Order: sequence, then C-alpha cells, then structure tokens
Amino acid sequence: MALTIDLPLQLLQITFLLAIAPLIVGITRKVRARLLCRRGPPLVQPYLDIWKLMHKDAVVADNASWVYRRAPYMIFAATWVAAGLIPTYATGLLFSWSADLIAVIALLGTARFALALAGMDVGTAFGGIGSSREMMIASLAEPAMLLISFAVALIAGTTQLSAIASLFSTGDVGVRVSLGLALLALIVVGIAENARIPVDNPATHLELTMVHEAMILEYSGRHLAVIEAAAQLKLVLYFSLIACLFAPFGMATGEKTALALVVGLVTFVLKLVVLAVLLPIAETTVAKMRVFRYPAFVGSAFAAAALAVFLRFVSRGF
Amino acid sequence: MPEVTIGLWCIAGFLGTGVLGAVLGRHAVATPLVYGTAMCVALAAVLLALEVLLGAAPATSLVLPIGLPGLGAHFRLDALAAFFMLVVNFGAAAASLYAIGYGRHEKAPLRVLPFYGPFLAAMNLVLLAADAFTFLLSWELMSLASWTLVVSNHRQSANIRAGFIYLLMASFGTLCLLLTFGLLSNATGDFTFERMRAAGSSETVVAMATLLALVGAGSKAGLVPLHVWLPLAHPAAPSHVSALLSGVMTKVGVYGFMRIVFDVIGDLSPWAGLVVVVAGGATAVLGVLYAVMQRDLKRLLAYSTVENIGIIFIGLGLALAFRADGQAPAAALALTAALFHVLNHSVFKSLLFFGAGAVQSATGERDMEKLGGLVHRMPQTAVVFLIGCMSIAALPPLNGFVSEWMTFQAILLSPQLTPWGLKFAVPAVGAMLALAAALAGACFVKAFGVVFLSRPRSPAAANATEVDGFALTAMLMLAWVCVVAGTLPGFVIDALHPVTRALAGSALPTQAGVPWLSIVPIAESRSSYNGLIVFFFLIASGSMTALVVHRLASRRTRKSPAWDCGYPLDSPITQYSSASFAMPIRRVFGTVVFGVHETVDMPRPGEMRAGHYRLRVRDPAWRYLYGPLARLVLRSAHKLNRLQFLTIRRYLALVFAALIVLMLVVAAWR
Repeated sequence: MALTIDLPLQLLQITFLLAIAPLIVGITRKVRARLLCRRGPPLVQPYLDIWKLMHKDAVVADNASWVYRRAPYMIFAATWVAAGLIPTYATGLLFSWSADLIAVIALLGTARFALALAGMDVGTAFGGIGSSREMMIASLAEPAMLLISFAVALIAGTTQLSAIASLFSTGDVGVRVSLGLALLALIVVGIAENARIPVDNPATHLELTMVHEAMILEYSGRHLAVIEAAAQLKLVLYFSLIACLFAPFGMATGEKTALALVVGLVTFVLKLVVLAVLLPIAETTVAKMRVFRYPAFVGSAFAAAALAVFLRFVSRGF
Repeated sequence: MPEVTIGLWCIAGFLGTGVLGAVLGRHAVATPLVYGTAMCVALAAVLLALEVLLGAAPATSLVLPIGLPGLGAHFRLDALAAFFMLVVNFGAAAASLYAIGYGRHEKAPLRVLPFYGPFLAAMNLVLLAADAFTFLLSWELMSLASWTLVVSNHRQSANIRAGFIYLLMASFGTLCLLLTFGLLSNATGDFTFERMRAAGSSETVVAMATLLALVGAGSKAGLVPLHVWLPLAHPAAPSHVSALLSGVMTKVGVYGFMRIVFDVIGDLSPWAGLVVVVAGGATAVLGVLYAVMQRDLKRLLAYSTVENIGIIFIGLGLALAFRADGQAPAAALALTAALFHVLNHSVFKSLLFFGAGAVQSATGERDMEKLGGLVHRMPQTAVVFLIGCMSIAALPPLNGFVSEWMTFQAILLSPQLTPWGLKFAVPAVGAMLALAAALAGACFVKAFGVVFLSRPRSPAAANATEVDGFALTAMLMLAWVCVVAGTLPGFVIDALHPVTRALAGSALPTQAGVPWLSIVPIAESRSSYNGLIVFFFLIASGSMTALVVHRLASRRTRKSPAWDCGYPLDSPITQYSSASFAMPIRRVFGTVVFGVHETVDMPRPGEMRAGHYRLRVRDPAWRYLYGPLARLVLRSAHKLNRLQFLTIRRYLALVFAALIVLMLVVAAWR
C-alpha cells in the first residue's frame, strides 16, 4: 500500500488517542459524580486542567536531578508509543508490526520504571512509599498481563496485535473458557495498573492509601501536566486493548476504504465510551482495599491468566 | 596458522601477564601494564572469535603432547567455543580497561595481579579443551585462580568464609563433572570428546550423565540450590573481578553444560529438557526474589546473576525439549534466545558491577542504606548504571528485552511439544519467567533509586567524586553495546547461526534481509519486533513533547524545598531505604519463600528507651539444605572422632572388617 495513505492513518491513530484521552477521563469522572448524586465537572475539565498546568511554573525540589525532570517525558513517550501500537479503529497500520503485545506490555514497564524512579528522586517518604508499592503491584500485575498475552497468543497463534484483532473480529474463534479468564484478568490488571478503586484512588490525597499520587506528589506545572496526560493515555490504552482483544468488531480489517475507516472510528469511540461508563459504575460499588489486600486481588488476575494459559496448553478446545 | 593455535597463543599471552604481575607487582607501573596487556590479548581473542563466528570457519583442532601419557591435550575451536570465547574475552577486555583505573585503589596488588591473567587464561582454556582431562584441569584452574581473587582481600573474615564455601562448591561441581565424563567414556575408555560423541551410551547412563552435568556445571553457573557460594564470593572480589565472576565465569558454567549435554551427549529424551526447564524457572524466580531483599549492592547484583542464569537455562531446556521432539526450528529459536541472553547478561552485568565498583571506590560503601544521591556527585556513572539497570530489567528498547522476548516466543511455541510432562511444566515456567521479569524491574528500581537517587544517607555518599576516565570509558563502551544490541538485534541473531545450526540442527531465518531491520524469529504473521523503530519512536515522541511543551506552554522552572505534603523532614533517614522499598514484596512473597523473621520492640508511651526493629531474611537454601547438611557432617565427624583413639587391635579389626565388606560387595557386584 502506498505510504501516502498509510502514514496519515498511523498518524491519525496516535493523535486521535492523544486527543480523546482527556475526554474519556472526563466521562468517567462525570458518570462517577452522577452516581454519587453530584453534578460533577464538565466533560472538558481534564483538557482545561492540562492547559492550566502547562502554563504554570514548574516548581522543582532543590535536590531533584535530571532524572526527575526527564522522567515525565519518558513516561509519556513510552505510554504514547505503546498506545499507538494497539489497533484501535483499523488493523495492519504502517508500524503495527514493529512491536507485538509483549513489547507493548514491556513498554508500559519502561514507563513504570521511569515513574518509580521519579518518585524516589527527591528523597521524600511519600515518593518512596508510592514507588515501592507501585513496584509491588506491578510485580504481580505485569506477569498477569504477560500471561494474558500468552493465552490470547496461543489461541491466535501470533503475538501480533493486528493479526489477533483481525482473527478475532471474524468471530471464528467463538466463546472460549480461556478467553473469558483472560478478560477477567485483564480487567483486574487494568484496574490495578490505572490506579483505580479498589486498588488506588485517583481522587484522593489521603497519604497512606495512595500509590500513583504519592509518586507524583512533588510534580507541578508542565511536568505534572505531561504525567497526567500519560495517565489518561494509559487508561485509554487499556480500554482499547480490551476492545481490540475482546470486542474487535467494526474495525477496518480488510481494504481501508473511507467507509470502513469511518465505521471503525465510530465503533471505537462507542466502545471507549461504553467502557468509560462501566468503569465508574464498578468503582462506586466497591470500597478501597487495604494495601496488603492488593496481592490477593491482583494475584487472582495472575491465577486466572495462568489458568487460561494452562488450559490452552492442555487442550486446544478451551 | 589454524585458529585454535592462535587461541592457544592468546591463552599463553594471558599467562604471561600473570608472570608480569608476579614479577613487577610491587611497582606502580605493574597495574596499568598488566591490565593493558591483558586488554590487548583479550581484544585479539575477540577478533579471533569474531572471525571464526562470522566467517563460519570450519572447526580447527590441535593435539599437544602434554597432559596424560598416551592421551595428549586436545584442543578444538568450533562455533560454540568461538561464541563463548567472544563473550569471555569481550568481558575480559572491558574488565581490564576498567581495572587500569580502578586497580590503582588496590591496597595489595600482589594479591590480584599475578592471578588475573591465569584466571582469564583458564576460562579460555575451558572453551578450547576437547578432551575430558584437559577440560577438567582447566576447569579446576579456573576455580582456583578465581578463588585466589575472591580471597584477595583476606583481612575480612567474611571473605575467607566466602572463599571456603566457594572452594567447597567448586570441588563438588568438579566431582560431578568427573563422574559425568567417567560415565560417558565408560564404553570406550577414551577421554576425547570426539570419541565420546561417537560412542553413544545407554539411556540410563545418558540420563545420569545429564543430571550430573546439570549439577556440576550448574553449580558453577549458579542454579538454585547450588547458588549459595555465588552471592558470597562475587562481592568479595575486587569489582572488576566481580564483573568477570558474575558476568563471564557463570557463562563458562553454561558453556560446560552446553558442551556436555548438547554436543557430547547429543541424543536425549525430552525429559532432560523438562528437568532443565524447571530448574531454570525455579532459579529465575528465587534468584530475583533474593536479589530484591539484599541491601549490599554487589550482593544484589550477584543474586540477580542467579536469576539471569535461570532465564538462560529456561531457553536451554526448551531447546533440548524441542530438539528431542524433532522440532529443529523451535529448538533453534530457544537456543538463540538463551545464547543471546548469555551475551546480554555478560555485558550488562559487567557494566553494573563496574558501576558498583565505581560507587565503592568513590564512597567506600556497598551498603545501600548508606548511599544515595550519587546522581549529583557521579553524573556519568549514573547514566551508564541507569542504562545497565534498564537493560537487565528487560525494558525495551534495550538488549535485555530482546532475549527475554525471544524466550517468551519459544515458550509460546511449546504447546506443539508432545510429551505430557512438558505440557504441564512449560506454562508454569512461563508464569515464573513473567514473574521474574517483573520482579527484576522492582529490583533495579530499588538499586538505582536507593543508590543514585534520593538524598545521601551518609557523609561518604554526600562527598563522593566521579571515577577515573578508564573506568568511565569501559562502562560507556558496555552501555553502548546494550543500546546497539537492543536496537539492532538482527545482526546478533545472524551471528549465532553457526552455533544453532551445529547444536539444534537448524537456524533462525536470516534477519539481515528483513525490511526495516526488524527481527522475525519464525514468520512475520507470528511475531516481529523492531528495536530500532521503538527506540526512534521513544526518542522522537519524548523530545517532541518536551519541545512542544516548552515552546507553546511554559518553560519557567522554580527551585524550592521539597513539598512532601507540607511536612518535609530534614533527616535523610526519613526517606525510603533499601529495606523499606523491598518491604511490600517481602510481605507478599517473603513469609513463604524466605521465612522472614521480623521483631519489633516498640517502647510503650512514656518509656524513654529507643525502639528496635530487627529483620532477618535467610536464603532457604541455607535453612533447608546446607544447614542440615553441615550439621549432619559435623555430627558424624564428632561421632567418628572416637575412631582416632582406638587401640591397635581395634584398628586391625577395623581394617579386616573393611576388607571383608569390600570383598562381599565385589562378590555381589559380579
């Protein structure tokens, strides 16, 4: 295919994700507020927040090093690249082959590594507490995520997300036990990795319970804006991963006609909105867990994913 | 001159540097001279290895009329030996360069310099040996030479103990290898590898020999539970030697296993693969779990070596299983992954040990609880150490990720395996590998975060200075290799073709012709990865974002005291430390795996005494295996002690009884 068509399509994917991410977060906040009988901020509030933060001075602690100042861009870049590699509205984009599902997970690992280091840089107790807990959660969530990718890859016979999505969108795969387990695990991992209730609370600064917010406690101004944008992108990344693996319907898999692309784009937005509405509903029905209950919660995802992989190894039927 | 002869000349060169060190040891010129010469010899050996590997030269062999009468000493340089020669000598060259600067801090150079060259020579000799006698002799020489380096700082009693345990484990390992060769040569009584390969053995003998080789070579490489000497001995040596011990000598252990099992034994049942895979999985997870708990930086690195050896053995075990199952392409993938990880680990582990050595020479500390904030005082070391940490944590776009990715791809091929045991074990090992990969991330966030970031925890750390240029150059060179091997992995994979073709009977498709320099281990529809593009995207999107934000929004920065939720605490002990960083992971895994023992003594309100917190983490290998073993030996020695004080009549009776028993045994055997 001609580069003149492919390149814009790839660019559309990455800019579109970046543009829509704050809106999706806005929807989750609005729905959550409504469920709690509040009016909630307007949907565009996340955009305004980022705009506001961008134009403020960045206040940097005296003893912060270059790691602290570069980390936000590193986190953002790794998350953005990972998000750009997940098929959203169409498969087989220009660079879709440059990294597979395992690489996407590892890229998120790179972002997490930078974030945890940034939390430790200034040398405050809160930064350390956040980094330490983040790595503890990750030490269970990342293997769970890898096992999910194994389960899916064993069914599809490939780790390429584009190929998986094209295969699954045909519906030939059908309903499978291992896929169900993988979906369950992916939801749990998504909740843990995006610092949502019951693992973490994105809306609180109650020190002893926070993880993600503790790591970025020292950040302000444009640095904070970039980290917030990365966190929003990560949420959209997980949504599009769920959509791509478990509901790849409507994607432009074959010939990239204008109609197919528009259908793909519209269905993708719809999927995102549905997930953005479901997430706060789930969140408002549970309470935040104690820190040392997390291992059981995230570990259940690990166990479910491991079971899914195991079933695939033992029999082709599952 | 055939290649193997040049290799032997290199070995002679290494031995010569040892003589040089012994003669000139007291002079100041000795350190740069010995290490400089060793570096040149190592670089020559690297070139030789590259020529054999890339030129796909046929194996050359040589017989020297030394050694056992009638046997001689056989040497052979084939693709496998050449690859490991590359790994060993590249690490040796970097370590020698590093030591030109670092060695100046050595208080007693005569305890290091004369043994450094022989250590390098012995490792190379193991690679070239082509008969059991030469192999074992070089293997022992390697153990002894490295032992002298481990105990070079003999005034610390911990080092003496480390040396003792190392010697014990090394002789146990050699004993196992001796028995392996004994079993394999049983049919012919010939000790050359060539004849052993041709002879073939019965299935039981092969199974026993494989197990013994796994134990013997595994004890050198650091398989759990034979790893106990490794975290004691590796940190005890001077840092450039630590790098060699951890980054390079463990690889010679891997080589020993591969030479015996893949090459000499050859045909195996898939069960051997199962045993190796499971041993590798357990080693990977336990190694990294111990690593997270450590507070001594070099010991943390040594335990992380155990983890990486586990990853390598997972690849090797899968390769064995695939090969036994007749799936040559899959075996080639697993083998390539393992060998690629061998190379990667030797590079980044050397880099990290150099970094730890730099920290130690700058601050005099290895204890992470007394370090911190070194990113300000040692900025260049911090950058290269960070690259090493990211590589070993398997983060894209660096090299550690590529080999781990390939191991994962090999695991994803394993449902094709027919034996049922493997069908059950491999998914579990895959989960273990995933767990190990994630924990390695935590481990190295801790290592870099506690040592280089945060505030200094001691005056020594606050007043550290950057290390010398030689050390920095060596580290920078290794860091470049990490980046290049991570972004252009296709070339490394292609270079491994002769090795996999010889040992797995197949090789991965040639990667050089793949568009955009991606790597495609099996087929494009199955999986592909492009480190270069990922690297480029990361750099481009990161710098573009920074540019846009700085241009279009604000670029003003204000300095201020840390915020810390409004109550910044001055004392650096209020920061998260190494122990507190590891605490959540210790809580999750520790109670089961380590038998962690915490005691908190908190004064009651009104009491004026200090509170106490004690934490004991013990390696379960000591608690469950070596502790009871040592006690058993002591108790039986105590019992047997009475035999020293018998009368002559009783001694004679004892000798007679022993004779009778032996004759009965022989009679029963017949």
